[in-house]
Amino acid sequence: MSAAHHEDDHEPHDGPKVLTETTSAGGKKIRTVQVVRPEPHDASFLEAGAKGLGITLKHFARNLFLPLRKASARAKAGAPVDEKWKNEIETVQYPEEKVTYPERFRGLHRLMLRDDGAVRCVACMCCPTVCPAHCITIIPAETDNKGIEKKPAVFEIDELRCVVCGLCVEACPCDAIRMDTGEHARPTEERADGIETLETMLARGIRSTAKQGGEGPNWRERATGTPDGEVNR
Amino acid sequence: MTASLSSSLAAALPDWVPSGWAILDFPATKWAILILLLVMPLASLLTWAERRQSAMMQDRLGPNRANIGPIKLKGILHFVADALKMIFKEDFVPANVHKGLFALAPILALAPVLIAFAIIPFGPTIFPHEFTKVLDPVELASNPAAPQFADSIRLQIFRADWGLIFYFAVLTLANYGGTIAGWASYNKWALLGGLRSSSQMMSYEVAMGLSLMTPFLIAGSLEPGYIVEHGANPELSPAHPLNWLWAGGSVWLVAPALFSLLLFFTAGIAETKRAPFDIPEGEPEIIGYFVEYSGIRWGMFFLAEFIEIVFISAVIATVFFGGYHVPFLEANGFRVPGLMIPGLESPTGYWHLPMPHGLVVGLQIMAFGAKVVILCWFQLMIRWTLPRFRADQLMNLGWKLLLPLSLLTIMVTALLKLIMMM
Repeated sequence: MSAAHHEDDHEPHDGPKVLTETTSAGGKKIRTVQVVRPEPHDASFLEAGAKGLGITLKHFARNLFLPLRKASARAKAGAPVDEKWKNEIETVQYPEEKVTYPERFRGLHRLMLRDDGAVRCVACMCCPTVCPAHCITIIPAETDNKGIEKKPAVFEIDELRCVVCGLCVEACPCDAIRMDTGEHARPTEERADGIETLETMLARGIRSTAKQGGEGPNWRERATGTPDGEVNR
Repeated sequence: MTASLSSSLAAALPDWVPSGWAILDFPATKWAILILLLVMPLASLLTWAERRQSAMMQDRLGPNRANIGPIKLKGILHFVADALKMIFKEDFVPANVHKGLFALAPILALAPVLIAFAIIPFGPTIFPHEFTKVLDPVELASNPAAPQFADSIRLQIFRADWGLIFYFAVLTLANYGGTIAGWASYNKWALLGGLRSSSQMMSYEVAMGLSLMTPFLIAGSLEPGYIVEHGANPELSPAHPLNWLWAGGSVWLVAPALFSLLLFFTAGIAETKRAPFDIPEGEPEIIGYFVEYSGIRWGMFFLAEFIEIVFISAVIATVFFGGYHVPFLEANGFRVPGLMIPGLESPTGYWHLPMPHGLVVGLQIMAFGAKVVILCWFQLMIRWTLPRFRADQLMNLGWKLLLPLSLLTIMVTALLKLIMMM
């Protein structure tokens, strides 16, 4: 089989090796080609089959018996388990074990708080405007604080409709809405349960360290020397 | 208690049903015990074992969640959940199917396998009155009609000189199950699947039958019970592993015996219609003969397949690996020739550990179960390792490789036997 392949290597195109090429009376091309058939030992699949069985057997034995050895070794000494005794099972047993999401994972929304515990959102309507899925509903209300003017009376996000693009967080001028909870939308039995309300999102919120009204025009100079990530937290 | 039970039973049952101890030697009783205690549990467990084992081979965990309260058993209960699901699922019968044949096909697939188990000796002959005593083989050979050997129970349901032929004759009927299912479904793909099934079964049954001719030539019988009780070489004890047919009973016959084992195993996997020979079914893409079946009717095809795995394993264990024999375990306990332990030497040159008959029987039945389980495990290993053949590769392998090789093995074995007899 390999010999036949080597002969094919310097052919201009892939395909069977052409032995003779003639033209029939009718003007049609007639070609005789060399057909490559597998050698008997390849055709019986014995060699390859045995090799494959060896691989699967190795994995099976390793995954079946090594957890036992690992457990007994752990119980004995509490010593670190040697890397070669680890089994190779990749399964994460989901509700009990969880994979930690990457730091910038966009999860469930939350609403941030002011220093006095009130909602930071000023109902400026930037996020429902930019939202491509139209999943944010805000009904504004007046506040007693004349410097703020508005607050959301109703703030609802339909998580079943949300496309988790993060544009609402980008659009927010006052660090009121964030998607950094690290949780994903929970499965629900009713569609209505998939809607996050002002209360549920505030419950996840923390006090923002962003300064009310911003740092002023020359914030860059004043932030110099601050460790990364501390400016806006 | 037995007497009162049997007398009350005798009043209720017709005359031809035996009473007393003989009811245990009655084929229907033995068949029910074999199917309910060995075959069905093993086949059900295989549905779980297959998924767990394939998961372990692919570095996954597999199903481990099904539980009754806190009882989890590593997911073994999944087969209970599966069975309940299949029983209570909608039994959907498409329009235009042939209703009678559609209902008949799963039965035709399942019944032959259950019947074929009749030829398998799954344990030694039990002598109930000797259960707690050490059996005397010399006494048994010279005076089998003695009162202590009465009421014997032979753990083989159907004994005939043509036992293995009976198995081929019955298992061929399972072929109709697939083909009729494909025909009755009124579905072109199902019909093609049924045709693939029948062509594959017919091709491989030839190689299968011919590869069993080598053990026939070596042992001199087609009766599985005889093969187990005598082995390949009458000079050696049947419990001696070198007397089992994989070793051929002689140095010269090892090669043909092992070769016919390989051929029979290959053809046997093809017969169970599982990967790498799952062309008739090909569930993910080419669609098999049971595409129109749902619920427990589909479950019957599924179960038939798993029982076939158990059956092929049982045949291989019986014919090639000494059936229920434990190495060196005779009817009266362990006897190891040539093993000399100071203080335990016997004048006959055998090391002998006497054991009561009941213990020997228990060990031997467990040994048979263990052999079947190991062979099932190996079939699952192959099923999850090798990719599916193409239809033409399948036919080439069957007709151009297995068939000539099995014929060659028969000729070589016959020649060797002839030379050895001269």
